[in-house]
Amino acid sequence: MIISIQYLYWLAGVILAITAFMTATDRSNPKRWTTGLFWGLFAIAFLVGEKLPPVWVGVGVIVMALIAGFGGVGFGQHQNLNDRARRESAGRLKNKLFIPALAIPLVTVIGAVLLKNIKFGDVFLLDPANSTFVSLGIGSLVALGLACWLTRDTPVQAMRESRRLTEALGWALVLPQMLAMLGLVFNDAGVGKAVAHLATAYINLDFRLVAVMVYVLGMALFTIVMGNGFAAFPVMTGGIGVPVLVGMYGANPAVMAAIGMFSGYCGTLMTPMAANYNLIPAALLELPDKYAVIKAQIPTALAMLVANILLLYFLM
Amino acid sequence: MQTAINLWPLLGVLVIVLGFVLRFNPMLVVALAALATGLAASMPLETILATIGTGFIKTRTLPLIILLPLAVIGLLERHGLRLHAQNWIARFTGATAGRLLIAYLFVRETTAALGLTSLGGHPQMVRPLLAPMAEGAAESRFGKLPEALRIKLLALCAATDNVGLFFGEDIFVAFGAIALMHTFLLGSGIDVDPMHIAFWGIPTAICAFVIHAIRLHRFDQRLNRELTALPPASAVDKELAR
Repeated sequence: MIISIQYLYWLAGVILAITAFMTATDRSNPKRWTTGLFWGLFAIAFLVGEKLPPVWVGVGVIVMALIAGFGGVGFGQHQNLNDRARRESAGRLKNKLFIPALAIPLVTVIGAVLLKNIKFGDVFLLDPANSTFVSLGIGSLVALGLACWLTRDTPVQAMRESRRLTEALGWALVLPQMLAMLGLVFNDAGVGKAVAHLATAYINLDFRLVAVMVYVLGMALFTIVMGNGFAAFPVMTGGIGVPVLVGMYGANPAVMAAIGMFSGYCGTLMTPMAANYNLIPAALLELPDKYAVIKAQIPTALAMLVANILLLYFLM
Repeated sequence: MQTAINLWPLLGVLVIVLGFVLRFNPMLVVALAALATGLAASMPLETILATIGTGFIKTRTLPLIILLPLAVIGLLERHGLRLHAQNWIARFTGATAGRLLIAYLFVRETTAALGLTSLGGHPQMVRPLLAPMAEGAAESRFGKLPEALRIKLLALCAATDNVGLFFGEDIFVAFGAIALMHTFLLGSGIDVDPMHIAFWGIPTAICAFVIHAIRLHRFDQRLNRELTALPPASAVDKELAR
């Protein structure tokens, strides 16, 4: 491939390294050394992570967790445009401000859909396994160029803004990755098998409705624990879906699978383990309650679980 | 269940639940849970650290999608993007926060169902555009929102993006989840056409749209009820007039 995901890791690593440097030299941040170290370690994971021995990376992850856990990740002062200048700028640029913002999703979609299969000889243009991510990276760079051109601002200022938002997110930016890592550790340690064992060993599945409920709620519960419906699906479907719903009650496997996975997604809506969807947005929107998004989703998720139980019961 | 199942790794789940309930720092809780799970599964410390390291490197794409758009979004915000988004929506007199979010839910879910999952997202769509527009639509009717309602509205913006994405993407046949289900069922000796799995997701997808749209509509009504200082009778008239 010509544009591989590795370039994006390097790009992210460089951005984080600049952030770490800016932070460490920012005297307005009372915790500038620990904060700088935190972003510095994260930058290293992106720049050379795959070349380091995994044990070292593991130690680095633990150090980052300790820095974050004991309040070592702080933020500095930031020079915003004053209110009047911002109003003038908004009044001058008007709808042009939307162009770079919309360019990110548009370029990403164009790349992921149209450029995905383009090859030069035998070489793919975009990394075929990660075409969406690579397209997002290209989209962000195109949008950055547009934004600098329209606002007559510099890439250096863009880096300052990136650092402002990175510091505002703080350790929450690293959390999704930590949780995904935990999911893999859970897998290696056999947590899934233990949960499925508990669910199937102590519940009487001789009633069709009970079996349906155990499958649907089990998918949700398991996803709440693991933070990911993909991890729950093999365990619950292997434990209950195939042997009980299909085997005993003759369910249509397509219906069972489709509704089962959606039940897992209901769990995703309710768990802090799915940090990318639930905790990061709360941080991005600067909400004081980091569980506010989950709270807003719980009624929809619970109603959807009831709907899924009924749909599976009547359609399968 | 002939083979003995080791239940000790569930200790890690317990650490996570307790940690989140007691509101310790999530980074620390997750690191501790990983260590506890590994120890309970009687892995040596070096193996646990290596597992943590490998897992961390394998999942580096996750922060990418948040990190990369930040420079652009930050620069545009510096030049008044959110301000302009608020003013822009205020020009549409029929726009309410709830209606805006219902329209977004529809677009997000249908485009995701066509495989265009990257047309939304929290850093590039919700923070810079959707949230200020929803806030602007509400403020142009009711003036400044009380803090509790404002938080609820912003949280609903993020929730709407999630609901639309989750329940849309799974009825796109080339989506990874469909492949995963198909492969797993094949492994269990059941051959199902991926098209059928995608098709049978449609009833749930429709339910999700209806249920979430009703909630958004009710949020509009709640804003109306709590923020218009009119006597109850005329509030009812206003409801009927819509």
